[in-house]
Amino acid sequence: MTSTTIDDAPFIEPSTRERRNYLNDEYGVLSWLLTKDHKRIALLYLFSVTTFFIVGGFIAFLMRLELLTPEGDMFTSDTYNKLFTLHGIVMIFFFLIPAIPAIIGNFILPIMLGAKDLAFPKLNLLSWYVYMIGGTFGVIVIITGGVDTGWTFYTPFSTQYSNTKVFATTLGAFITGFSSILTGLNFLVTIHRMRAPGLSWFRLPLFVWSIYATSVVIMLATPVLAITLVLLMVERVLQVGIFDPALGGDPVLYQHMFWFYSHPAVYIMILPGMAVISECVAAFTRKKIFGYKFVAFSSLAIAFLGFLVWAHHMFVAGMSVYSAMIFSFLTMLVAVPSAIKVFNWTATMFKASVSWQTPMLYVMGFIGLFTIGGVTGLFLGALGVDVHVHDSYFVVAHFHYIMVGGTIMAYMAGIHYWWPKITGRMYPEWWGRLSAMLVFVGFNLTFFPQFLVGYVGMPRRYHAYAPEFQVLNVLSTAGATVLAVGYLLPMIYLAWSVKFGRIAGANPWGAAGLEWATTSPPPKENFHETPVVTWDAYDYPAFLKAMKETQNV
Amino acid sequence: MSDATLSHSAEHAAEPHGHGHHHPFLQHHFEDMGQQHEASTLGMWFFVAQEILFFGGIFAAYFIYREMYPAAWAAGSKLQHWQIGAANTIVLIGSSLTMALAVWGAQQAKRMFTAWMLILTLVLGGIFVGVKGYEYAEHIHHGQFPGAMFAYTHADNPQLTRGIELFMTFYFTMTGLHALHMVIGAGLLLYFIKRTFRGDFGPEYYSPIEIMGLYWHFVDIVWIFLFPLLYLV
Repeated sequence: MTSTTIDDAPFIEPSTRERRNYLNDEYGVLSWLLTKDHKRIALLYLFSVTTFFIVGGFIAFLMRLELLTPEGDMFTSDTYNKLFTLHGIVMIFFFLIPAIPAIIGNFILPIMLGAKDLAFPKLNLLSWYVYMIGGTFGVIVIITGGVDTGWTFYTPFSTQYSNTKVFATTLGAFITGFSSILTGLNFLVTIHRMRAPGLSWFRLPLFVWSIYATSVVIMLATPVLAITLVLLMVERVLQVGIFDPALGGDPVLYQHMFWFYSHPAVYIMILPGMAVISECVAAFTRKKIFGYKFVAFSSLAIAFLGFLVWAHHMFVAGMSVYSAMIFSFLTMLVAVPSAIKVFNWTATMFKASVSWQTPMLYVMGFIGLFTIGGVTGLFLGALGVDVHVHDSYFVVAHFHYIMVGGTIMAYMAGIHYWWPKITGRMYPEWWGRLSAMLVFVGFNLTFFPQFLVGYVGMPRRYHAYAPEFQVLNVLSTAGATVLAVGYLLPMIYLAWSVKFGRIAGANPWGAAGLEWATTSPPPKENFHETPVVTWDAYDYPAFLKAMKETQNV
Repeated sequence: MSDATLSHSAEHAAEPHGHGHHHPFLQHHFEDMGQQHEASTLGMWFFVAQEILFFGGIFAAYFIYREMYPAAWAAGSKLQHWQIGAANTIVLIGSSLTMALAVWGAQQAKRMFTAWMLILTLVLGGIFVGVKGYEYAEHIHHGQFPGAMFAYTHADNPQLTRGIELFMTFYFTMTGLHALHMVIGAGLLLYFIKRTFRGDFGPEYYSPIEIMGLYWHFVDIVWIFLFPLLYLV
């Protein structure tokens, strides 16, 4: 289906692969390690982030194995504490937060804007090195004995009682935070100052709006985590009582400061996912996104409201009923912009001829699973229900529906969608669809039973459980196995396609967007001539007409 | 790099109002010096916004404990020599003035004037950090450093001691983070002094000095808040 009118345009000849592009412009290890090209930095991130994903996924698999049986027969409870802590830290700080912005955003954002690079290329490279230094601390912690505080580092356990590598872990998280701050800053300045002539704000692809909102949250929330972790490290080193009630401190204050970052961090993880979904929905329905401005502003609304709801993580941690009610109400408000997005994507698909390529399968997975995750988020935001199910597997299932069913689905969609642009080759479509189906089935089999088992009272963070929960746990572990296959397959066939995949051409999807107006893979400076944008986002007829007229934007 | 520059020049030649020459410090991905200047300035403003949230977190914690332990906080601030703090504040404001003059000098292409103003800024900043170090040494000497070394007991009301230790923890963390920002600023100043002597800056290219100034003024403003909160009230 992809070979439609646009493939006839003269700017996508198969001889593309002979041309100079960012991959064959320079050779050698140093040309990668010292590169200032945003596309190469994106690939550096791709390799390092994928490595952490494999590590975090392997730890998850160990936990699912332990939970096959009610007895704690595989790991001691101490080891199990370390496993779920490391799984959380690796997946959140080293995979989910950088995944879409630092890989897909880094690669695509400047091209979408018609820019030659991000505003600060050296800073971009620096942020990768900062990420790697933070990641090194993470690896050192894993090798030298782990950490057992949970990814939230709650005090006073983390400061006074835990004998594990709390300091090194928090230092790693602190350093990695600066990496995302630098990336966010770079994106913001680039979106403000580097847009191509004619590319006004309301002509921007929705990807850019969503990444903009993400960057604002990164810039304003991450420093609060940084200072919180500084205080935690000060307390741990000096043994003073900043957060220790025995020494005059207030542990609930730690939780407030931690969640002031970590709730917005949920939106740092999901907003880029929504960014990818908007692009894919437009490309595979060949339509303008329904209610463009609503979708654009809903990203900003989510970013704004995200800062007002942090205390819903602390309903049972000791706060007045009145403030809990206010936070509960504000939490409900977040559902409004989120629902706007879901409804507008579905409205876009209504009566469209949708083509079911792999990215679109992932998109459908995202929309369904994100909706379930979002609605169960409302259950948890409702004060009474939260008191009932807090600290149970219901919570675990809820945030995995958002993080895995949402963000990772979108990430997979984005990687497949832009793979031809990144490598110049198509991935094998049949295998892509197979893995998308495996991920969807495996995901639901893993996490839906956790809603049920959590609702009837299985608490999270234990390595042993009551025998009556076993059936659902076995289902969950079986699902995790399917999910693992679903994630391993793309790693294999995507690597295969780099060498053996079909040559993609500039615009294999027939999509409308500046990134499809340049060659695949793009030249080092992205465009041979700075493009002039005369069309609105997703305006297919105008985009194709402009392509034909200029033959090269 | 050379390829990119070439294609860039070609574009410029094609533009109707393109400039005939390229400034040596124009990076290849910017269209002109104006765009580059705007991008760097905006970048520093965003960075300052990020810093406000960073310091904002610890200020918020400070205020919450101040509400919880008002008496200990009052006693704690009495341990500070406000005269030294006030003198240091004047030194720092002076350094902000010389920094601002340096930016003006760079815009006016006054190379030696800019260099000397930057050196003066560095010297004043150094005095500030030196005085801070003297204050730290005094506190440590009197057993007022929190943690294992803490040996101070409030004479009139020993019950306040725990709260005073908490106050001193905030004192050292907040002023320590501020001093760290000063030291980073000093490193940047050294680099820009070298570049000023080399003659890098002029009316067309002074953004590095300007954003250095933004950073330096921001660090000063943090101190303007720290001084009354830790020394006076």
